Amino acid sequence: MENTQTIETPKQEWHLTSDRPVFIQIMEKLKRDIVTGIYKPGDKLPSVRDLAGEAAVNPNTMQRAFSELEREGLVYTKRTNGRFITEDMAMISQLKEEMALDAISQFLNSMQQLGFSTQETLTLLKESLKEETV
Amino acid sequence: MSTLVTCKDLTKTYGKKPALNRVNLEIESGHIIGLLGPNGSGKTTFIKLLNGLLTPTSGELSVKNKPVGIESKKVISYLPDQTYLNMNNKVKDVIDYFTAFYADFEPKRAYGMLESLQISPEDRLKTMSKGTKEKVQLILVMSRRAELYVLDEPIAGVDPAARDYILQTILSNYDPEASILVSTHLISDIETILDQVIFIKEGEICLQASVDDIRMQHQKSIDSLFREVFKC
Repeated sequence: MENTQTIETPKQEWHLTSDRPVFIQIMEKLKRDIVTGIYKPGDKLPSVRDLAGEAAVNPNTMQRAFSELEREGLVYTKRTNGRFITEDMAMISQLKEEMALDAISQFLNSMQQLGFSTQETLTLLKESLKEETV
Repeated sequence: MSTLVTCKDLTKTYGKKPALNRVNLEIESGHIIGLLGPNGSGKTTFIKLLNGLLTPTSGELSVKNKPVGIESKKVISYLPDQTYLNMNNKVKDVIDYFTAFYADFEPKRAYGMLESLQISPEDRLKTMSKGTKEKVQLILVMSRRAELYVLDEPIAGVDPAARDYILQTILSNYDPEASILVSTHLISDIETILDQVIFIKEGEICLQASVDDIRMQHQKSIDSLFREVFKC
């Protein structure tokens, strides 16, 4: 079976759900890839069409995600050359921090929903951190 | 972006029974549009009008500013809900037929897709399963370089794995300037490739919007919105 081996590019997981705007999910995924270094500063992004094919989404949706990222300054266009990841390291680390704060507030939220006070959450967190380092 | 299809007060009645009631609609180029509605809502009637298989009772319907006719058939590639191919033919015969019939048909693309789906061009249509026949027809339709593809229930009989391949094929093969109008019940399977939807209810358009706007506004998928709007 020849055609099963032609896809050599690293497999990227998209996990798009259909109950939230798809372009926002794509933006989140690309931001994660930028922060974790899958895309490095100055890297060229694949074309809208290729990435849309990979994620199995409409090219217009991918285009919208790219435009929004561009508007936020994380991606820039070199005339006719395609789109590139920003080389502004400060911006990337700021993004990373924002995403961390986001994750923390999500965690705190779900703890609150489970009925834990901030103090109890902190105690539990410390305990589990201790267990992990042992 | 240009306007491909314009309807003004488009109405079609079968005897006394209205199938489409004063439909006003525009379809622009460069979109993949879902035409969604319950059984008997007028989807196929609309599609047949668009392809000149029915004539409007009243109102106007134009494709690229011209009435439906020879010119519109040149730019529309249509997958009907029922097959019209001769079942005694081999796949390669049908490809020859399409090559002769449509100036914009590209046999190379058809053969490429057949190979990826492991369908032999030597097979006769009547020896194939329902799903395989559907795949062949969709391949034929998507191998044209059309400006508007009209697909009436394209993936109903196809297994989920082939469905993914077909959606991928649709995405990678279509020209960004072209539009695709898909009517289907299998909303959840195709909703990520759609960028617009048209909801049709009892012969009337009740919603035409961008899918991400709908998700943002209603906080739910197109599939669940459909279930809500058309709840029995």
